[in-house]
Amino acid sequence: MATFKDFRNNVKPNWCPGCGDFSVQAAIQRACANVGLEPEQVAIISGIGCSGRISGYINAYGFHGIHGRALPIAQGVKLANRELTVIAAGGDGDGFAIGMAHTVHAIRRNLDITYIVMDNQIYGLTKGQTSPRSGFGFKTKSTPHGSIESPLSPLEIAMAAGATFVAQSFSSDLKQLTSLIEEGIKHKGFALINVFSPCVTFNKVNTYDWFKENIVNLDQFPDYDPTNRVAAMNKIMETGGLLTGLIYRDTTRKPYEELIPGFREEGLARQDVRLSREAFEELVAEFY
Amino acid sequence: MISQLSWKIGGQQGEGVESTDRIFSTALNRLGYYLYGYRHFSSRIKGGHTNNKLRISTTPKRAISDDLDILVAFDQETIDLNARELRKGGVIVADAKFDPKVPEGVDARLFAVPITAIAEELGTSLMKNMVASGASWALLGLPLDVFNKAVEEEFGRKGPAIVEKNIEAVRRGAAYILEQAGGPLEEFRLEPADGKKKLFIIGNEAIGLGAIAAGCRLMSAYPITPASEIMEYMIKKLPKFGGTVVQTEDEIAAVTMAIGANYAGVRAMTASAGPGLSLMMEAIGLAGMTETPLVIVDTQRGGPSTGLPTKQEQSDLNALVYGTHGEIPKVVIAPATIEDCFYDMIEAFNIAEEYQVPVIVMTDLQLSLGKQSCEPLDYDRVEIRRGKLVSNLPPLEENKLFKRYAFTEDGISPRVLPGEKGGLHHVTGVEHDEEGRPNENAVNRRRMMDKRLSKLKGLRIREAIRVDAPHEVPDLLIIGMGSTGGTIDEARERLAADGITSNHITIRQIAPFPAEELKPHIQSAKTVIVIEHNATAQLANQIKLHVGGADKIRSVLKYDGTPFLPAEVYKACKEMK
Repeated sequence: MATFKDFRNNVKPNWCPGCGDFSVQAAIQRACANVGLEPEQVAIISGIGCSGRISGYINAYGFHGIHGRALPIAQGVKLANRELTVIAAGGDGDGFAIGMAHTVHAIRRNLDITYIVMDNQIYGLTKGQTSPRSGFGFKTKSTPHGSIESPLSPLEIAMAAGATFVAQSFSSDLKQLTSLIEEGIKHKGFALINVFSPCVTFNKVNTYDWFKENIVNLDQFPDYDPTNRVAAMNKIMETGGLLTGLIYRDTTRKPYEELIPGFREEGLARQDVRLSREAFEELVAEFY
Repeated sequence: MISQLSWKIGGQQGEGVESTDRIFSTALNRLGYYLYGYRHFSSRIKGGHTNNKLRISTTPKRAISDDLDILVAFDQETIDLNARELRKGGVIVADAKFDPKVPEGVDARLFAVPITAIAEELGTSLMKNMVASGASWALLGLPLDVFNKAVEEEFGRKGPAIVEKNIEAVRRGAAYILEQAGGPLEEFRLEPADGKKKLFIIGNEAIGLGAIAAGCRLMSAYPITPASEIMEYMIKKLPKFGGTVVQTEDEIAAVTMAIGANYAGVRAMTASAGPGLSLMMEAIGLAGMTETPLVIVDTQRGGPSTGLPTKQEQSDLNALVYGTHGEIPKVVIAPATIEDCFYDMIEAFNIAEEYQVPVIVMTDLQLSLGKQSCEPLDYDRVEIRRGKLVSNLPPLEENKLFKRYAFTEDGISPRVLPGEKGGLHHVTGVEHDEEGRPNENAVNRRRMMDKRLSKLKGLRIREAIRVDAPHEVPDLLIIGMGSTGGTIDEARERLAADGITSNHITIRQIAPFPAEELKPHIQSAKTVIVIEHNATAQLANQIKLHVGGADKIRSVLKYDGTPFLPAEVYKACKEMK
C-alpha cells in the first residue's frame, strides 16, 4: 500500500519560503495515502497561478491546464473514467474570478470531485494585484487607493449553489486540513475545500498571525451539526466566513455520475466503444 | 412527366410549417425521391415568417432550385414574400381563411383551400399541417397509401384514434383540392423514383451518427444555432451506449471538459458555431500544446459577433486556421456532402488520436440544417484507429516519469491514460520536457516546437481535395467548399449548355492546406473561380498563399445570409469567363 512518500516527487516547488501552499501539497499527499490510494489512481487537475503548479509537485497523474478552467477539465476526466480519484486545485483568482462560473456550475452538477482552493486573497504569480477575495480597502498594485469592491464569500456562494460538501481550513493546521481532504475524497459528490493559504510575499494583511487571531475552528464545537443547512449558513455569516472545519455535508444527494441514465460503473475510457453492426443499423434505420 | 419539382411551405413560426414539411418529405422519401431541403427561419420561436423549401427529384440534386413550382401558404405574408419566386404557371395552395390574393404581376394559379376550417371541423386547428400536406400530395398525383403510412408512423404512438383523425385531415385536404383542380395537375406529375432506400437526414444528425460510430461517448456543449441538433441527437442516443452529453455553462467549459475527457481516454467532442469557437480558442491551444486529442465541430453561421445566427455563411475559416495564440498543429476539415458529415467525423476522431492534435470539423448552416437525401452509410468503412496508445508498462525508475512527450522520428510520442501503472507523467500548457515537466531551456523549447509542428507533415484526409475534372484544359476551374458543391455542379451544367467547359474542385482539407494536390490544377487552369460565402475571399486567399495563381483567381462572394442559387453561380461564372 502506498504511503504519503509515494505521492512525493523530486521537483522543488517554485513557491516562496513560507508559502501556505506547501502544507496543502503535504496534506493532499497524506490524505491520498490515508484513504488507501495508489499514485496512478489519482488525477490532479490544476489551474494557473502559484498554486496551479501543485499538480506537478505530487507524484500522481497531473494536468496543469489554463487559467480558471481546472474544474471543467477535472469533470471531463471524471466523466471519462469515474474509477479515478479526481482532485482539482487552484487559487482564489482561478476559482473565484476567471473560473467563477465553472465553480458554481461544478457545485450544482455535483460530480464526485474534490476541489481545493488555495485562498491567499491576492494574485501572487503576477506579483501582487487584488483578488475577488481581497478585503474592502485592501491596497495592492492594481488597487493603490484600496479595493472598492466587496470580497466575495465562496462558502455562501457554494451553499447557495447547492453544494453537498463545504469545508474550510487553514494551511497551518495540517492535521485538520489532511482530515478534511480525506473526507472530501470519500464524499460521494463535489467537495469544496477552501484553504486559507497565506501569501507571505504580497499579502501583509491576511498573515498567519492574522488568521490565528481571527478564525473560529468548528472542531471546538462538538455540538455543531454539519448536516443542518440553515445552521451552516448562519455559522458562515456569524463568523464573516472566518471559520474552519467541516461546515456542511449532504450525503443524501447522489453524485452526477449515478444520475446519468445508462452510465456504467466501469470507466468509459475502459469500455469497448466499437458499435456492433446491429446497433449501427438500428441507428441508421430511423432516417429511412 | 417531370424529373424535378420545388415545393415550399410558409407561415408564422410555430404554426406547423416544420411538421407539414416533415410529413410531406418523409412520404416522398419513402417513394425513393432525392430530396434537398432549405429552412428559412429567424432567431425566435413563435411568430415571424418562416418557410421550408424542398427540392424533389428523380436524380441527386444537392442544391436549392432557382425558382418554385408550388407554394403552400398559411398566411398572406407568405404569398407576398415568396410568390415572386414561383415560375410562370406555378401554383399557390393557400388557406381560404385569410382570403388569399395573388400579388400583381405574378402569374400563378391559386387554390384557396379551407385548411384551418377543415382542421377545426376535425377538432383542432393543429391539424392544419395535415390538411395542407394532404392537398400538396394530391396535386402531385402521388399514391395516398404511402402518405397515410407516413402519417401512421408519425402519430402511431398517440393511438389509433389520433392516427385516424390525421388521416381524415389528409383525405379531406386532398379531396377538396382535387375537386377544385379537377384532378392531379399533369404538369406536376413526377417520373417515378428509383425506389431505392435513402436516408433523409440533416448534416448535424449525420455528424452525431458519425461521432457515435467513431466511438465518441461524451459530448460537452453549450446550445447555439445552428449546432444544437448535434447535442440533441447525441443525448438521445448515447445513454444506450453508456455515454452522455453534458450541457455546460459556456463554450469554454464545453471545450475544456472535452479536453479533460480525451486526456483520460474517452473519445469526446464539442460542437458550436462562430461565437462559441471564438471562446474556445485558448483551450484549443492547450490541446495543441499538451498534444491532447480533441474534436470540435463548427457549424458556421453569419458573423461577426451575433451576426446572422440563422443564416448561411462560411466566414470562420480564418478564425479556425489562425485563431489560437502561439503556434500549434491543427487540422481543419470541411465536409462537403451529407455523406462526408458522417465519414469525416470518423476520420476526425482517428486523426485527433493518431496525431494527438485538435481537429475542427467545419460545416456551414446549410449543410448542418438542410435536410437531404443521403446514400446508405457503410458500416464496413467505420474504422477506429487510436494511434500510439500504450498500456501494460514496466515500472518507472525512481524519480522518473513516463516520457509522454518523447522525441520521436515522426514527432508523435507514445500516449498513456491516467490509471495506468508505470505511466505517470505530467501534462501542462507550459513549455515542457519529455516527461511533461515545465522547462524553459532554449534548446528544449526549439525541439519541442519543432516536434509538435512536424506532426502533421504529410497528413492528408481521404479526398483532401475532391476533383471533378472531365476536361484537360477547361475554360474554368471552379473551386468551392462546404455546402456549395451541388449548386456549382448545376451551374456547370448550364455553362456546358453554353459551350463553356469547367472542372470543379472541392477543398475538404482546409488545414494543413493541400497545396501540392491543388497546384497542378491551378497551374493548368486558364481562369480559376472560387465560390464562397464570405466577404473577404478567405478560401481564395488560402489558395493564393499556399499555391499562388493570384493573377488568374477570381472570387464570387455571397454574404447576404442566403445560400448561392445555381443561377447566381452560373451568371457570375459566365461573366468572368
